[in-house]
Amino acid sequence: MTDATFSIVIDDQEISARPGQTILQAADDAGLYIPRLCAHKDLVPHGSCRVCTVKVNGRPQSACTQPAAAGQVIESETDEIRGVRRAIVDMLFVEGNHLCPFCEKSGDCELQAVAYRLGIAAPKYPFLFPKREVDASHPKIMIDHNRCVLCGRCVRASRDLDGKHVFDFVGRGIDKKVAVNSAAKLADTNIDISDKAVDVCPVGAILRKRVGYVVPVGERTYDHDPIGSKIEAARER
Amino acid sequence: MSDILKASIEEFTLAVDNDRSRMMDVVNAVQAKYGCVSSEAMDLIAEAMDVKRVEVESVISFYGFLSNEQKGKVVIRLCNDVVDKMLGYDEVAAAFKFELGIDFGETTPDGNISLETTACMGMCDQAPAALVNDVVVTELSTDKVRRIIAELRRSLDPERLVTKLGDGNNEHDLVHAMVHNNIRSAGPVVLAGLGAGKALKKALAMTPQEVIRSLKASRLRGRGGAGFPTGMKWEFTRAALSLGSDKYVICNADEGEPGTFKDRVILTEYPDILIEGMTIAGYAIGAAHGVLYLRGEYAYLRAFLEQELAKRRELGLLGRDVAGKTGFDFDIRVQMGAGAYICGEETALISSCEGLRGDPKNRPPFPAQKGMLGRPTSVNNVETFCSVARILERGSGWFNQLGSKGSPGTKLLSISGDCNRPGVYEMEFGTPLREVLKLAGGLNAQAVQVGGPSGELVGPEQFDRAICYDDLATGGAIVVFGADRDLLEVVAEYLEFFVEESCGYCTPCRVGNLLLKQRIDHIRAGRGEKADVAYLQELGESIRFTSRCGLGQTSPNPVLSSLRNFPALYEEVLKEETRGFHRRFDLASAVSKAEEIVGRKSSHSEEAGAV
Repeated sequence: MTDATFSIVIDDQEISARPGQTILQAADDAGLYIPRLCAHKDLVPHGSCRVCTVKVNGRPQSACTQPAAAGQVIESETDEIRGVRRAIVDMLFVEGNHLCPFCEKSGDCELQAVAYRLGIAAPKYPFLFPKREVDASHPKIMIDHNRCVLCGRCVRASRDLDGKHVFDFVGRGIDKKVAVNSAAKLADTNIDISDKAVDVCPVGAILRKRVGYVVPVGERTYDHDPIGSKIEAARER
Repeated sequence: MSDILKASIEEFTLAVDNDRSRMMDVVNAVQAKYGCVSSEAMDLIAEAMDVKRVEVESVISFYGFLSNEQKGKVVIRLCNDVVDKMLGYDEVAAAFKFELGIDFGETTPDGNISLETTACMGMCDQAPAALVNDVVVTELSTDKVRRIIAELRRSLDPERLVTKLGDGNNEHDLVHAMVHNNIRSAGPVVLAGLGAGKALKKALAMTPQEVIRSLKASRLRGRGGAGFPTGMKWEFTRAALSLGSDKYVICNADEGEPGTFKDRVILTEYPDILIEGMTIAGYAIGAAHGVLYLRGEYAYLRAFLEQELAKRRELGLLGRDVAGKTGFDFDIRVQMGAGAYICGEETALISSCEGLRGDPKNRPPFPAQKGMLGRPTSVNNVETFCSVARILERGSGWFNQLGSKGSPGTKLLSISGDCNRPGVYEMEFGTPLREVLKLAGGLNAQAVQVGGPSGELVGPEQFDRAICYDDLATGGAIVVFGADRDLLEVVAEYLEFFVEESCGYCTPCRVGNLLLKQRIDHIRAGRGEKADVAYLQELGESIRFTSRCGLGQTSPNPVLSSLRNFPALYEEVLKEETRGFHRRFDLASAVSKAEEIVGRKSSHSEEAGAV
């Protein structure tokens, strides 16, 4: 397959890509980190959060859904694109109720980590303070909709990896939310603590019960190295 | 109840062979019969169609006309579009509330009548209008409301509200509507009429490649707004690999852009031309399946359109070996929508046709490669199909000479608002807006919204711009605003529309438009600051830049185009705050809860009131 590779340019750096790869995948392989939230390596691309927006030959596209193609000239780390990424992350913060200081996911949270990486200290938009529910009905798993960013990872993981379809989106517009496959509560579904859907949440919306603070703050995933470091480490090697 | 419900759901699902992709038909049928798709119904549908309950809930919760809560036997949906609000909505709304003794969103205590609002329902030329179940009532007044409610209380039969019929096919037994066509200017292409079969006969005498070549030569571009060259779209769809003729032709009859209603008139008066165009598409692309996606608001046209299709089947113009062409099989079914503007976006429309939420899809793959149920699909506008039929009948050379250089042909315009002659105008491309306004009797306008809220708001100094793809591009909606209209209110109303109609899939459209709307509301409440202009501009640009589909990308246009073309609108209301306060912060409302608790007024609230 090596002879089928082609090159694309991201921020003036020529990298190689394989047919079938998205821009995001090709960038990851080359050690170039493009911020993302809804994208996950084990899941089909969703293209919903828009954090991975890049300019491809002058046109805005989401890197997680856009196939890499020979000759593409891509802008990622420009002031313009950093600006719109910040705008989107700000929107996600004000849309929900994200209280980092007491959230169990703090330090492991991708929303928080991407915000830090983008240099966000506080969102520039006014908080919407929505009233959202907490579903603690299940003995081992809880859902806190206050922290949900509607990335759809749980929906895709449960449907495509677990083969269960425990989650799906209901409602539309600002009232859109994740619902469970029962009349009311998570406890009435066939979700299991070992399901992939439980692990893929980028924020503190789906949490395992009774493991809070097992890893102390200060020793968590993004406490020392910013999000994307692992991908970038590949480049330095 | 349970057994009866179970039996009817089995009947509805069996009617579509328990085909999961026909979910819309099933949920629409349950909604119509039971006034809701209850929790119990969701379980039954899921079981019958072999899907998960949450998938059914996902669909029901998406569409405006579907509900899991019990509605009345009669549901009144009053159109709350900008044009309706200009023409007496407030009085009519108050009359409905008064006569029924309930508020919007409520049902009368006897469970008979529900009162709701709905976005533009395609009747701006005869506003204020409402849907009473599927029945359209137009030109509402407080008197008319009183008579409507009296009749409904007596008979609960919306059909009895239609005492005077409209013109043309609105008089047809199967349409039976008080709607008027208001065709003000019939051009040579779409509204000229055409005998069924003529264009098709010519097309079938050619090879499919020749048909596409002749369309490319005509330089016809899509009439829905995006303006993609039709011949090229068909060529891609034809070239896409598929098993035999397992491809789809879909007609987008989901016009929902506030202020548009031209497809309503085509569907009422010239369905044969439309069907002819779709059939030609089937031949050119090599597709066996046609779908006419009809917006839920136009359900009153469904039976009539079904009959038109049946007539053409009898004439051998649909079905097996169409028009005697051996091996060309093509048929069309009507797919009903259920109240969702986003479904006018072609990939969202495909999602809806597949029995899913009307979320747009990621591109690539494009519908031409992988569309409906993964098959190559061409989605075209009602007007586009009509133009196709005429091009085949009269030749691409004839068509090419109409219109302007970059935009051949004609455009149907839906004109409403502050003008003397609202209605449908078929104009050659290149016609200056001024001429259109003159014809419609709207030259005194202070502003005109061209292309609906996702288009551009222009002022008199721009009235000499031409209606065409290279200048004032439009899907056809033109709303005229007279001198005394509050344009910031118009901006706020259109933003509210996008907030309501965003599918919520991507962050910028879901959240950004709400933030835009909030800031405009602050400004209108006298709490704007100079810095708000930059805030609105930047937020609007971010939404345009990052949104996933065409509708999201154009959703901030009410703000962006008014900032560009009417900067004075903002300058007049935005003041410099000299005392170092945040004008946006509403002190009076911030302390109101606390005042309630302690039982006295705060000295701060009085100070705030003086701001």
